[in-house]
Amino acid sequence: MLRDITIGQYFPGNSIIHRLDPRFKIVITVLYIIMLFTGDSMVCLGIGAVYTIMAMLLSQVKLKMFLKSVKPLMPFLLITAVLNLFLVSTGDVLWHWKFLKVTSGGINISVFMIVRIVLLIMGTSILTYTTSPITLTDAIERLLSPLKKLKFPVHELAMMMSIALRFIPTLIEETDKIISAQKARGAELDTGSFTTRAKNLISILVPLFTSSFRRADELATAMECRCYHGGEGRTRLRQLRSAPRDYIALAVTLLFLAAVIVIKITKPFAF
Amino acid sequence: MAILETQELTYTYSQGTPFEKTAVDHVSLKIEAGEMIGVMGHTGSGKSTLIQHFNGLLRPTSGKILLDGKDIWADKKKIRDVRFQVGLVFQYPEYQIFEETVFKDIAFGPKNMGLDEAEIKRRVLATANDIGLSEELMERSPFELSGGQKRRVAIAGVMAMEPKVLILDEPTAGLDPAGRDKILSHIKAYHKRTGNTTLIVSHSMEDIASFADRILVMNKAKLFCFDETEKVFSRAEEISQIGLDVPQITKVFMELKRRGVDFGKEVYTVGYARDLLLKKLKERAGE
Repeated sequence: MLRDITIGQYFPGNSIIHRLDPRFKIVITVLYIIMLFTGDSMVCLGIGAVYTIMAMLLSQVKLKMFLKSVKPLMPFLLITAVLNLFLVSTGDVLWHWKFLKVTSGGINISVFMIVRIVLLIMGTSILTYTTSPITLTDAIERLLSPLKKLKFPVHELAMMMSIALRFIPTLIEETDKIISAQKARGAELDTGSFTTRAKNLISILVPLFTSSFRRADELATAMECRCYHGGEGRTRLRQLRSAPRDYIALAVTLLFLAAVIVIKITKPFAF
Repeated sequence: MAILETQELTYTYSQGTPFEKTAVDHVSLKIEAGEMIGVMGHTGSGKSTLIQHFNGLLRPTSGKILLDGKDIWADKKKIRDVRFQVGLVFQYPEYQIFEETVFKDIAFGPKNMGLDEAEIKRRVLATANDIGLSEELMERSPFELSGGQKRRVAIAGVMAMEPKVLILDEPTAGLDPAGRDKILSHIKAYHKRTGNTTLIVSHSMEDIASFADRILVMNKAKLFCFDETEKVFSRAEEISQIGLDVPQITKVFMELKRRGVDFGKEVYTVGYARDLLLKKLKERAGE
């Protein structure tokens, strides 16, 4: 049931992508998104696709996992495709029925949008597939650290994020247990009318809330016992160090981005 | 006829994935009506998974569970009735309390059974009395009570359904010795008064020895043994090999036997040990 839900979907591994500095990975992902959205032709998307496939292969994550990442967005993709197909009216009319018509321009744009979104999802999931949530928040903290000068609570934010991520599996397990306990007292959760089910939901939510508060309290005490007093002067167990491979990865990404921009401006191809 | 019976019960978690794990492996056992049973087993031995089958919270991967001789999964829609007949109290049950008053929380189960107001009231007050909660606590918020009291409220919540079989998963975990004795003695008294069938999961051999007619031992997903208390503790060697323990007093008497003082009986409670020793001393004095 609940325990089958995966959040953060990190797949441990030792590929070159796994070993990249997470700070670089975040920057590269941002550049990648820019690359996909600057490109306005099929050629630009082709370049993006080559880049994505290359990264996917290097990450050594199974193709199945990437397909899985697209699956929940299928309805959204379909709606986008259908809307574009019927609403865009440039190019030759290929088929029409009453007020509906399909044009070559419409087909082009639907295909373009679908490919772009699929690339976007697959490409960005490489980041979460190959970086553990904790390293990710670490990297975010480091990347945002210039904001500290503006009194922005970067460390606190990162700590909150790591704690939240850390407790997702715990809370799922807890919810599972509470559901079983209330079912044992005859609570109807997957049968019965809508109102009884809604009422029974209270029997799950109240214990879940009280235990979350209790946990938060205990965690705060435990942290204080270990002399935690915020980010000031705090050192870390795992230092983030950039290696040559990080700069190479960044350079390759910039090269692809440059190619897309050049093609966009000069338009050397007819389509 | 056995009140609860399992036939080749097997349960596999996450079947068909790399995380596949068999938690209960071909377990067949029979529990007679009115018995008081202690359930022992190492963490991860499958005892918690096993007891969640008894009231239909988990559905076996293969095998059957019979309640009063009837397969509980014969009619999927009737599974809720099974939960009223086999009451299950989870570990740390106080974390499932949610109502505004103690009375309402205990009444949650009986209400779900669809009983009328008068019957609910009777049951709530009767169980509260059985478990040692005074009547003036009934209108208090359960969140204001002490840990031990909360625990008793949660146990009462299941008892109030008046199940034929009552299963408690480590009802004394995390309590101080006084709270532990209190809860156990209330459960024993309730068992005596109603004559129900009770299963208690416990890590304390002393506790189990003090109440159990029979002991069910799980080891590595399999039924290790299910026998009378005396017989189980006489297999001390094997029991300690699977990472469990026998009561301290049993160890003392085994050591005595090794040194040549044989009482010819398995000793597993302090009271019985005292009687035996006194008898022996009197004999000596008479010689």
